[in-house]
Amino acid sequence: MSEAASALSGAAYEGGLVRVADAGLQGMVTLRGDLEAEAIRAAVREASGCDMPGQRAITAEGDAAVAWMAPDEVLILGPHARAGDTCAALEAALQGQHHLAVNVSDARALFTVTGEDAAVREVLAKLAPVDLSPGAFGPGDFRRSRLAQVPGAFWMPQAGVMRVICFRSVAQYVFDLLCTSAAPGSRVGYFEA
Amino acid sequence: MLILHCPYCGVMADETELHGGGEAHLTRHGPGSSDEDFHDYLFAKENPRGVHFERWRHVQGCGKWFHAARDTATLEVFGTYPAQTTEPPKAIRKAITAKRPGWTWRGFSDPAK
Ligand SMILES: [Zn+2]
Repeated sequence: MSEAASALSGAAYEGGLVRVADAGLQGMVTLRGDLEAEAIRAAVREASGCDMPGQRAITAEGDAAVAWMAPDEVLILGPHARAGDTCAALEAALQGQHHLAVNVSDARALFTVTGEDAAVREVLAKLAPVDLSPGAFGPGDFRRSRLAQVPGAFWMPQAGVMRVICFRSVAQYVFDLLCTSAAPGSRVGYFEA
Repeated sequence: MLILHCPYCGVMADETELHGGGEAHLTRHGPGSSDEDFHDYLFAKENPRGVHFERWRHVQGCGKWFHAARDTATLEVFGTYPAQTTEPPKAIRKAITAKRPGWTWRGFSDPAK
């Protein structure tokens, strides 16, 4: 059995506007299907303990979360070691129901951006064409967008914390982007009260 | 900057999250069609100065294709609507009429007519 490793092996950057860190191993399962179908909703609840999120939302329960990716797609987050089982459980529960469940844990990277809430928002706002003002985006929201030149997605588990997902192949690029966006002396202060 | 409402995820997506997919509501002519039909399907486009219907994809977002009605000269957007249709919905055609009375585009026109 090979030993799983996260994209940047726990790399971290401190000393800027915020702390940027590789969040380590994270289980991620993509599920596609009719999100309105009761069978799919029940399978997601059973596999994650979370309710089906509404449009552009994320629901969380304990160490699991379910993020809305598209009208026919969710991303189920949980411990890395459990992702295979989550996938198998979905497959078993959805026999005969049109769906696709894939363990994508090792095809993604996850970063955590932490610090003062206004600074965390600013670091992301410099990279994505998304309104990150507190009235427009906050805990419970989930957004797929771009981070400079590559696709990315992010959410705020709580004020002052942003989790950022990207493809593993561009993990270094996104880490460098976040660090550059957080460089000392680059504060704009747009979200400061 | 062109900003379009994605009918699938509800985002007001700016142009940098989108990918243009060319003219909308084409009738596909494939194997078995005449050379002339196939030629027109590939190459004969409206390319108007004014009211136009296009396909766009929310590529850096929910990933879905949708339709947009806009004015190519002013960049005014009349509305966006889902991909699962072969013609512009009545509400979109009415919205265009309110701003561009008497408009026509391929076989489509003001719904009042
Ligand atoms: Zn969208």
